[in-house]
Amino acid sequence: MCRSREDRIIAGIAGGLAARLGRDVTVIRIVLVLSALVSGLGVACYVLAWLLLPAEGSSETIAARAVSDRQGITLALALVPVLVIVLLIATALHASFATSWGVPLLISAAGLVLVYRNAEDNERAWLIDSTKALLQLDAEPQQSRRSFMVRLTAGLLLFALGVSLIADGALSRSWLRPLGGALLMIAGTVVVLGPWWLRLARDLVRERQARIRAEERADMATRVHDSVLQTLAMIQRSADQPLEVAKLARAQERELRSWLFEGRAPGSFGTEGASTLSAGVEQIEREVEAAHGIAVDAVTVGDSPLDDELRALLAAGREATVNAAKWSGAAAVSIYVEVEPRRVSMYVRDRGSGFDPDAIASDRKGIAESIRGRMQRHGGTVVIRSVPGEGTEVELSVPRRPVRT
Amino acid sequence: MNPAGPPRVFLVDDHHLFRAGVKTELGDAVQVVGEADEVPAAIELIAERLPDVVLLDVHMPGGGGKAVIEAVKARHPTVRFLALSVSDAPEDVIAVIRAGARGYVTKTISGPELVDAVLRVASGDAVFSPRLAGFVLDAFASMPPGTELTGPLDPELDHLSPREREVLRLIARGYTYKEIARELTISVKTVESHVSAVLRKLQLSTRHQLTRWATERRLI
Repeated sequence: MCRSREDRIIAGIAGGLAARLGRDVTVIRIVLVLSALVSGLGVACYVLAWLLLPAEGSSETIAARAVSDRQGITLALALVPVLVIVLLIATALHASFATSWGVPLLISAAGLVLVYRNAEDNERAWLIDSTKALLQLDAEPQQSRRSFMVRLTAGLLLFALGVSLIADGALSRSWLRPLGGALLMIAGTVVVLGPWWLRLARDLVRERQARIRAEERADMATRVHDSVLQTLAMIQRSADQPLEVAKLARAQERELRSWLFEGRAPGSFGTEGASTLSAGVEQIEREVEAAHGIAVDAVTVGDSPLDDELRALLAAGREATVNAAKWSGAAAVSIYVEVEPRRVSMYVRDRGSGFDPDAIASDRKGIAESIRGRMQRHGGTVVIRSVPGEGTEVELSVPRRPVRT
Repeated sequence: MNPAGPPRVFLVDDHHLFRAGVKTELGDAVQVVGEADEVPAAIELIAERLPDVVLLDVHMPGGGGKAVIEAVKARHPTVRFLALSVSDAPEDVIAVIRAGARGYVTKTISGPELVDAVLRVASGDAVFSPRLAGFVLDAFASMPPGTELTGPLDPELDHLSPREREVLRLIARGYTYKEIARELTISVKTVESHVSAVLRKLQLSTRHQLTRWATERRLI
């Protein structure tokens, strides 16, 4: 078990406990505060835990360092005579509750001295800051210093009144005494410490936000380095090959776009088989671009999980796209895929040289046959429209199986 | 609108290099009457110069292109907007179109195509890229059974006619308006009026996909 750095108000002990026990941190906090109010023992335990538990990610406890801190131990022990005097006065005044609080308070005070002297730098800085804030030492305007004194006086008065109510046996209703006393003490504490607590909580939130932002920036930097900077370096190296540069820029653009607008991590494009039609189309887009250095723009309307027919459609569509990339001479190929209730169609179009479908060379006829054959085996149709000089459009279509749900 | 000469165009983009590039590409086909690199300056200068078409970047600090359209539209309804962006994410497209832009093109568009788009918007027509057409078809697709309705559908606004669907499908397939007209044996003017009708539906429809997209991303 360790003290949480993330979930902390003072030392992160409630956060650590909550993580260990799997309970809600707020519940743990309420229990801790109640136990601290019932007797000082809760406070003492908290301070001891602070000493004995390592902070998250650190192996050394504060206590381990405190053992070698002679001066700190002496200072802590010096508190004993102070306690004795306080206890003597309390006994003289018949304030028995002070005796019961005395020992835990001593332990807590001694522990805090050791924590303060031996804590990690950032924890100590926080301790100093919050103590300063408590005493309003860092408050600039004179006015707030004065208002603090007023608050302190009023709070102490309320607190003393509460103490005297609890100690005094004069009131007739026995339950009213401790209740009223406790209420006054709480009011006194709130008046004195309220603003301090508020500030502490605000600072904590701010600190946490700053840390999260820093982490995000680091993450962003890694990703930009892994993708964009690498690509830029590659572009510089192949600056004399315009085709290669365009290809690299195009692939990087696609990756960056899918990261920024679809939240997909760069490098997460695997070569593994796609499971939906739109993912399959994206794969064709990506791979044909990479292999042939041509721009492929795909628009997909609707989507569907892949079955045999759709896989055949994608395979034929890929052939058509590769053909366009190889033979048309156009700078771009557009793909349009639409999922309709009863059929799925795919259009592959280029604005390249075009050809006369009746007089195509035998090798290209072969490829057309492989598209055609594949589609016919799956009950699909192929229409090829091509006008020499204007470009080619291949229309592929398969019937859609009823969706099982 | 200035019927005699080329349309007067205003550029809004926070990247200086990009503005310079666009100006070169537009060349003599249009008259560039001003440019701005931030939202408040754009609003002020557009109100002062009253161009025919504003070429507007979608992503800018301080509310983006949407803020400019909303501020200008209220007082100068004659100014037309053509949105220009590197992003073709549907939520960006739908936000500027619903704010009142008459078209949307991505920054990778070629020079002649951009000029064509500007002229089209200047003459009051709409400009749909293949991707925007695909998005509209998707959003207005027949609703699968069991989808919740957020409100009564207005048959005028919430359905595309079969002809409009055909036109959009051809745009998505990469056809130009002229090619669409030839394919459907109608006039280019008719194609344009179909596209304008779709744009109007896109701007005014309460169809749940549009509303859902918008509210999920807190765009409205």
